Amino acid sequence: MEKLLDVRDLRTYFYTYRGVVKALNGVYLTIKDGEVVGLVGETGSGKSVTARSIMRLIDPPGRIVGGNVFFEGRDLLKLSDGEMMKIRGRKISMIFQEPVIALNPVLTIRTQIIETIMANRDVSVNEAEEIALELLEAVGLPNPKMIMKRYPFELSGGMAQRVFIAMAISANPRLLIADEPTSSLDVTIQAQILDLLNRLMEEGRISSMLYITHDLGVAAELCHRIAVMYGGRVIEFASTEEIFKEPLHPYTRSLLKAIPRLGYYDELYTIPGRVPDLVNPPSGCMFHPRCPYMKDVCKKEIPEYVEIDNSHYVACHFAGVKDVR
Amino acid sequence: MNIAAYIIRRIIFMLFVLLGVLIITFIVSHVIPADPIGAILGPQAPPELIEKINREWGFDKPLYVQFILYVKNLMHGNLGKCIRTNNPVLKDIIIRYPATIELATTALIFSLIIGIPSGIISALKRNKLIDHFIRIFSISGLSMPVFWLGLMLLYVFYFRLGILPGPGRLDLGLTPPPRVTGLYTIDSLIAGRLDLFINTLRHLIMPGFVLGFGAAGSIARLTRASMLEVMRQEYVKAARAKGLIERVVIMRHILRNALITPVTVIGLIYGGLLEGSVLTETIFAWPGLGRYATGVFLFLDFQAVMGVTLFIAIIYSFANLIVDIIYAYIDPRIRYG
Amino acid sequence: MKILDKWLMEHKYKIQDVKLMMNMIRESFLAKLGLTIITMFILTAIFAPFIATQDPLMQDLTNRFQPPSLEHPFGTDHLGRDIFSRVVYGSRISLMMGITVTLILFTIGTTLGLIAGFFGGAVDEIIMRITDIIMAFPSLILAIAVAAALGPSLLNTMIAIAIVGWPRYARLARANCMQVKNELYIEAARAIGVSNLRLIFSHIFPMIISPLIVQATINLGGVILLAAGLGFLGLGAQPPTPEWGLMVSEGRRFISRQWWISGFPGLAILLVALGFNLLGDALRDILDVRMRR
Repeated sequence: MEKLLDVRDLRTYFYTYRGVVKALNGVYLTIKDGEVVGLVGETGSGKSVTARSIMRLIDPPGRIVGGNVFFEGRDLLKLSDGEMMKIRGRKISMIFQEPVIALNPVLTIRTQIIETIMANRDVSVNEAEEIALELLEAVGLPNPKMIMKRYPFELSGGMAQRVFIAMAISANPRLLIADEPTSSLDVTIQAQILDLLNRLMEEGRISSMLYITHDLGVAAELCHRIAVMYGGRVIEFASTEEIFKEPLHPYTRSLLKAIPRLGYYDELYTIPGRVPDLVNPPSGCMFHPRCPYMKDVCKKEIPEYVEIDNSHYVACHFAGVKDVR
Repeated sequence: MNIAAYIIRRIIFMLFVLLGVLIITFIVSHVIPADPIGAILGPQAPPELIEKINREWGFDKPLYVQFILYVKNLMHGNLGKCIRTNNPVLKDIIIRYPATIELATTALIFSLIIGIPSGIISALKRNKLIDHFIRIFSISGLSMPVFWLGLMLLYVFYFRLGILPGPGRLDLGLTPPPRVTGLYTIDSLIAGRLDLFINTLRHLIMPGFVLGFGAAGSIARLTRASMLEVMRQEYVKAARAKGLIERVVIMRHILRNALITPVTVIGLIYGGLLEGSVLTETIFAWPGLGRYATGVFLFLDFQAVMGVTLFIAIIYSFANLIVDIIYAYIDPRIRYG
Repeated sequence: MKILDKWLMEHKYKIQDVKLMMNMIRESFLAKLGLTIITMFILTAIFAPFIATQDPLMQDLTNRFQPPSLEHPFGTDHLGRDIFSRVVYGSRISLMMGITVTLILFTIGTTLGLIAGFFGGAVDEIIMRITDIIMAFPSLILAIAVAAALGPSLLNTMIAIAIVGWPRYARLARANCMQVKNELYIEAARAIGVSNLRLIFSHIFPMIISPLIVQATINLGGVILLAAGLGFLGLGAQPPTPEWGLMVSEGRRFISRQWWISGFPGLAILLVALGFNLLGDALRDILDVRMRR
């Protein structure tokens, strides 16, 4: 399979009054055509910033300071604003964590969905209206005509997310970036939205997807491969199977232990320590203050991101060394 | 809640505030001055006159009786008599308020025309040179002594360059159009006198600009802040992510939401303009309420003081009420919420 | 050394805040501009006798209406007084009025606001309704009415402005007080029997002082402007006091030719108000950022 998306050494900084927040410190990530990749990490690890950097939606004081984002062979970071606009919505689209606030509060659903369709497809208003109704039906919303007349605040979170998904897939994009699309929703609704995404993939309405979540369990259900982020880097990237069977990075292993399992309510494992401060990050490997296997070298040198096994990438000084565990 | 109930609730609240205003004005004009009659009539007033006025106005009665008397008269539309002009206060006000309304409205138009685009540009070009420039301009608006600005503009544009007319609503020697609304701009058009219309419009430029300058600054700041707030919102990012062109993102998604805040304060700003007319009218010899107010205040002409203050407070409150209704119309969350 | 270390540890966050604030002022062009203007204004007020070239009250009828020149940088007025010297001395009056009024406003407003916020109930209701009414009032008109009722003088101008201005502080103090009062450490202090008065002034007040100071900075410009306006209307300082608003008013009669008589005092009002507004604006931005952090 060819690489649809190839992110290399992506760096995004935020220039705040507190200092420079190095939100992304060299992210590597690939997505093949037709593949679902999970991007997993704690809050503040840089998942959302990665998504927004790929879409080039970083607002000041943030800035993408380096790296490449190859999409279909072209570097998105080198496109003009006008060219990038044509990528968004048509080739890559995005759904958001809080669908209700991602919809404009003073415009009806009809306005918002039709403007999206017309921005990305060469159709008349009437055709757009028909497409809109069809899409709303496809995302499982009953009575699309009613929904069209509503304002966002009149929708539940789950309904709003369905509307948003309908807009995101309206131009049959090649890549859908889903930025924690279920974390603001109730558990039952979460499952429904995941089902919906699965169904839309089967129907071919979604081809490839970057699915961002802090929940390794959700990622496991949905994704072919999983990238684990920590401190603004991808620190491990492998097939879902390998991540679960043979995790190489100590952080990934801690994350796996933290997944609540059915029947294990007594003791939930939490990772000791705190997410690194990205203004004054720890020296060397950013995980070293929390790492149970920390050695001197971890404090001094930043581990490189390397391919250990076949397509199993990891950034840890001791990833190849089995006995350290 | 439906819109009618909302309006009724607002009107009830307004009545409470007006009652408060009445009480405070009453205290200021009747309690604080040691010798109100003396202040009006001067120290040499004959005792019989003082006696007569005392009886006429009920000053010999306890304060609360005076207050109740005043409110009673008010209910009958009797605001008392202005001692300086010897007219009923209500008549004085009615003669003068159209001039002030005309001036304040001109100022509001100026301030919106200058303020809103400045605020928008400032936000879109945040931290660029033009943003700094506009911010200094808008803060100058808040820091501007209007009486000084008026004098300086008069000096430059009237006395030196002679391109704008001097004080007053019309050139000296011109007769005002027959009164219909009291607004010279509209009355002159009704009378079919284009020359008067243009003349009075030219007279409005300088005082309107002077009065509107500060408000323009406030509006620019508010618009800028509101724009920046909206630009941070998730739905703006989402609009870009959907592939909308930048112009649509700005016009449909940012502006429409960002302009809600400036619209809501137009009422407050209009009230501020009515109030600011006190100084501007003094400079430009504008025969409106502001100049009348200064006169009656300085002479402690309490019936007139209370009448004018109440009148301004009523307009002020109404302006706010109207804006709240507009607000409810623009923002669907209010309408249904 | 130990005491110092302990103090530094205890006040770590406060110190960080102050550092952050200094950083932001240094980085903001507008804040620096405002600070420069204010500094020059204060220095002028302090060193007025050394800066002024003449006695501000000295009349010289042979030298009336002199345009700005090397000898009289701002020209002379209708009584031949040196306007530059009058403007320099006027800074003292402006500064004194600004600071006094702001202190009064701050004290009255904050005290009432804290009381309202802390005790709630009927006290709160009464204080807040009074602020509602005063704020529904056009402030300039109320100030004019009060100043006129009290009779024209500098002191009465200040009283009038104070009466009009305190509700803003009261509301700000009340809102912040209500937020702070339910924090755990206040509950704790209450639990160990700290008296209400002590609780309000030594526990709550220090926590809410920053927004009030910002409010005061912004307000200083407004106070100076309002005072000048009342002076212009003849309700404040009386001649021959070199008060800026009064000076603009005196020059009004001669505006067709001698623009400088009104021109320079008014420019001084504009600059000083601008200085406080610029700094206040920047401080508010900083406060916003800090709140959001």
